[in-house]
Amino acid sequence: MALPLARPTRRPPSAKSRRPSARPSARPPARRPARSPSASRLRRSQRRTAALLITPFFVLFAVVMAAPIGYAVWMSLFQERSSGLGFGGTEQVFAGFGNYTKALADAGFRASFAHIALYCALYIPVMIGGSLALALLVDSALARAKRFFQLALFLPHAIPGLIASIIWIYLYTPGLSPVLEWIGAFGGSWDFYRNDHVLASLVNLSAWQWMGYNMVIFYAALQAVPREVIEAAVVDGAGALRTALQIKVPMIASAIVMTVLFTCVGAIQIFTEPKLLNQRGAPSIDTEWSPTLFIWKAGFVRHDYGLAAAASLMLAALGVVLSYLVTRLGNRWKAATS
Amino acid sequence: MSTLTHDTAPATQPSASPRPATTAPRRTTPNALLSKGAVNGLLIIAAGYTLLPVTWLLFAATKNHRDLFATSGFAFGDFNLLANLRHVLTFNDGIYLRWFGNSVLYSVVGSAASTLICVATGYAFDKYDFHGKEKLFGLVLGGVLVPTTVIQLPMYLLATKAGIVNTYWALLLPALVNPFGVYLARVFSEGYVPNEVLEAARVDGAGELRTFARVSLPMLAPGFMTIFLFSFTASWNNFFGALVMLNDEQLYPVNLGLFMWNSVTQQQPEFYSLVITGSLVAVVPLVVAFVCLQRFWRSGLTAGAVK
Repeated sequence: MALPLARPTRRPPSAKSRRPSARPSARPPARRPARSPSASRLRRSQRRTAALLITPFFVLFAVVMAAPIGYAVWMSLFQERSSGLGFGGTEQVFAGFGNYTKALADAGFRASFAHIALYCALYIPVMIGGSLALALLVDSALARAKRFFQLALFLPHAIPGLIASIIWIYLYTPGLSPVLEWIGAFGGSWDFYRNDHVLASLVNLSAWQWMGYNMVIFYAALQAVPREVIEAAVVDGAGALRTALQIKVPMIASAIVMTVLFTCVGAIQIFTEPKLLNQRGAPSIDTEWSPTLFIWKAGFVRHDYGLAAAASLMLAALGVVLSYLVTRLGNRWKAATS
Repeated sequence: MSTLTHDTAPATQPSASPRPATTAPRRTTPNALLSKGAVNGLLIIAAGYTLLPVTWLLFAATKNHRDLFATSGFAFGDFNLLANLRHVLTFNDGIYLRWFGNSVLYSVVGSAASTLICVATGYAFDKYDFHGKEKLFGLVLGGVLVPTTVIQLPMYLLATKAGIVNTYWALLLPALVNPFGVYLARVFSEGYVPNEVLEAARVDGAGELRTFARVSLPMLAPGFMTIFLFSFTASWNNFFGALVMLNDEQLYPVNLGLFMWNSVTQQQPEFYSLVITGSLVAVVPLVVAFVCLQRFWRSGLTAGAVK
């Protein structure tokens, strides 16, 4: 994912590195006069080694990624029709784009995209803003105990997503939760599962898991910002806040764009958290709340594989479109700031 | 304290500006103190937020079922940790241990194999020229973009046809393919294995494969560790895949087992302490591993993030 951004800068070293490996053939007589015809043999053995080294990956890639995608495309074109009165079993019939229109016509499917759009609108600013702010704080000359803070903030990422969700769901549960206890002690009350609160509960859960991870990425990028640039800004009279927002943030643009990209692609696949909230009986999180929940239900509860495949492919397409948009906008931003 | 402020004032307002020297110290000293307090205060709040749920888990795991609801979240009840642990480890003929072993198998064995494959592939992409190289690499990058949950259903159906649903292979096989690992391996190979070393090995007459195994692989060890950690986390976290592929309780990873226990807590509240203590047992080794191996995940994040 990071890749489209990282590639242009990475290319020169690889181009450079290619040259030395070709060099032996350019000056063989000096070193190994006995093996003058070895250049082509060397190249042949190199090609053979390369093939040997990459074959396992691409064989598995074909089996585990390409084949399922191809199969999903094929599956999405067929529907199961029950023959007769439904007693004669079902048969596969070619449906063209039938499954796609069926999915798009499904109110639950459309609603699931509306849900994640709303979720992203809240989650992405909170998450990116939060982790950026934390990275700038840790990067600031005033911060103490930087190692401790980095570790403490990264800790949630070491906790598996399912367990993190379970812990937070318990922290949302009346009777079990110290958080609700504290709120109660101050005379307040809060229902984490109520319709107009549940999105915030969900965002909190995801942000808790990923903020520290992204903070470490941003912090690493900030460390790479040349100190002279910052010193120059300070000499020019920029305060710490201005330096942070106008000098440091634009200079780590590519890390920010990459993180937004990762966050978007992750967010559209959200499954575990809403599934657990649904299990807890949060009233507005239904069994088709997110597209992946919809797909799961279509495939494994309703056994409508064609519909599930079509929905999966549309979700994948959304991911590709989002990646394209984020990279485009990111490139424009980088061009504007540099 | 005064020495501290004297130290920081010139650091933030470098001495390069001689003109406001008379006024600057007076104005920045309280300011610097204030902002130092603000910066560290905010960080403490943030760290409190990230540490709170884990701390609560620690407290909760020490309580018996009654205290779990009767006592305050951050207070001790009767110290019941050992009894809880015994309960988790022996419940249902020790199924938790079996789940834990399964998780280790899926994550450690799967990731080690997958990382070796990634490193070999990334190394070949970096060090060798071959036909259609950049196109193949483009395919790898495309693979990074494919959301895994999206191909889970067709993968399940193919696995059904192949007869591997409800076997260890159902989770191990998909875990072997890690396109992002290949990308990282290529970056690491560029950084860690100088081409001159390969040249020297060739001059000494070492075969290419032997050079890879004996010379390059050891040099790639930190990169190997980094990719291993990434893929380990991914498989340890893989809940959706396990939910789809496995029906047999005996094959569950910890994740899925805890999910199943958690799903009955509302009918049978005594499962709460099983889930809580089970979560703690699953989390502690991971946290320890992350703290010990921090330089690896940091280098992986950096390799992915900073050009």
